Formats: sequence, C-alpha cells, structure tokens
Amino acid sequence: MENKINLSFLSKSANEGFARAAVSAFVAQLDPTLEELADIKTAVSEAVTNAIVHGYGHGNGIVTISCALSLDKTVCLTISDAGRGIENIEQALEPMYTSAADDERSGMGFTVMETFMDSLVVQSEMDKGTTVIMTKQIGSDSTLS
Amino acid sequence: MQITLKLCNKTLIVKLIGELDHHEAEPTRMVIERTIAERDAKNLIFDFSDLSFMDSSGIGMIIGRYKLIHSLGGQVALVCTKPQTERLITMSGLKKLMTVYPGVENALRDLKEA
Ligand SMILES: Nc1ncnc2c1ncn2[C@@H]1O[C@H](COP(=O)(O)OP(=O)(O)O)[C@@H](O)[C@H]1O
Ligand SMILES: [Mg+2]
Repeated sequence: MENKINLSFLSKSANEGFARAAVSAFVAQLDPTLEELADIKTAVSEAVTNAIVHGYGHGNGIVTISCALSLDKTVCLTISDAGRGIENIEQALEPMYTSAADDERSGMGFTVMETFMDSLVVQSEMDKGTTVIMTKQIGSDSTLS
Repeated sequence: MQITLKLCNKTLIVKLIGELDHHEAEPTRMVIERTIAERDAKNLIFDFSDLSFMDSSGIGMIIGRYKLIHSLGGQVALVCTKPQTERLITMSGLKKLMTVYPGVENALRDLKEA
C-alpha cells in the first residue's frame, strides 16, 4: 500500500506524545507487530524531542514529520526542524554524547533511532536546521534480536 | 502519566503508569526529589511494570536520580517486565549501575539484605 502523511506542529513538549500516537495510528495499516510499532514510536519520540530540545532550544518553532508507506511495507519517516543545526554530526551520533548533560539528557537518542530502525540518515546545517530520515521495513523480522 | 509513591522503611517505591518521555520527565523528577528530601528516603525503586512507553529521556531521568541516591549512600533498583523498556535499559548500560527485578518484592528483599 502506498500512502503518505505530513504533520507540522509547534515545538511544545506536550506534542511529543501526539507525534508518536499519530505516526503509530498511520503505520497501523501495514499490520505491524506490537514490537515494530513500539520501535517506530520510540524513534519518532527521540527525533521530535531532539528538534524541540536541541533544535529550538526549548523556544518556539515548527517541527514537521512526513511518513510514507511504500508497496514493500517500508515506513519512511522524515522529521525536520528549522533550528540551530548540528555542528559535528559524527560526534552527535556517538552513544552517550550529549551537548546538554545538565538537562538530564542521556545522549542515547541517536543510538536508539539507529537500533530500533533499519536505517538512519542525519542532515544538518548550522542555523538552518536538522532533518532526520529513518526507514523500517514491516514484516521483515529484522527486529528480532 | 500517573505517579504513585510509597515509602517502605527507608526505600521509596515510585510506580509510573503511562508514558515516560521528555514531557513527563521533569515533573516526575521534581516529585521524586521533593519526596526523597521530605521523607529522608535512602533507596529508590522504580516500578515500570505498568509503564507503556519510555524513551531515552526516561533513561536520563533515571541516571539523574541514581546520582543523587548514590551520593547519599543508597541504592536504586528497577522493576521491569516489558521487553521494550528492558531493551532500552540494557542498551543504555543502566544494568551496570542498578539491578532489574521482575517484581517489587524481589527488589525490596535485596535492598533489605544489603
Ligand atoms: N534536531 C537537532 N538540532 C540540533 N542538535 C541536535 C539535534 N538532534 C540532536 N542534536 C545534537 O546531537 C546530540 C545527541 O543527540 P541524542 O543522541 O538524541 O542525545 P541527547 O538528546 O540525550 O543529547 C544532542 O546533544 C545535540 O547536541
Ligand atoms: Mg535526544
């Protein structure tokens, strides 16, 4: 089934739960297992939280999500902000690296996205914003660990 | 999210019901810090058996409370039965700092013996 949605919302932490629930409801049409759905929800939560916390630094901005489903049951998620940007993407991707340790960040967000999804690409430009693209194929059993 | 607090001797049992994300982490942190100070708790048990969702913001909140309890000479234990939550806990290395139990009773028993 080919299908697509676009969502955009204010960078408020109350919308983190909304974003997870909305994507999860949309992806449900592919009949994912509970585990696959939980993986996707967690990855969405990580990327949206990063946009709010790091991208906009708790200030006001717009977070956008596009979620596309393709015929081979691949979910493609694109989550963007027009915030601060990431100076060193390689460093940001390292497990436990955080630029906001006093904010009780664990530095595990990107590691979670990488582990729970099949692929992760991060694009960023300073003062322009950040885009995270993630894919996961439903029904491939690749989530069995 | 719903937070239930119970003090058992010097151990504070924090039961979380619902979804622990960045939005919920801060109010959760404040309630726990206040209760630890007011009730002079030494150890902390997080009961995640009815937690339906957690992400890495939850991990940050747990590590923050671990640092406080550890500095006061106490211990932190986790109760977790959900595979997704357990996976996150394992992945982030929390098991090097604290033990994960299948039930609150198991955790309480170990903390008493320590
Ligand atoms: N959308 C974003 N905009 C700006 N910086 C970001 C963004 N996402 C991630 N980062 C940077 O990458 C680091 C690592 O992110 P992550 O692994 O999610 O850990 P954490 O959120 O706990 O800091 C962040 O501390 C931040 O410096
Ligand atoms: Mg993060």
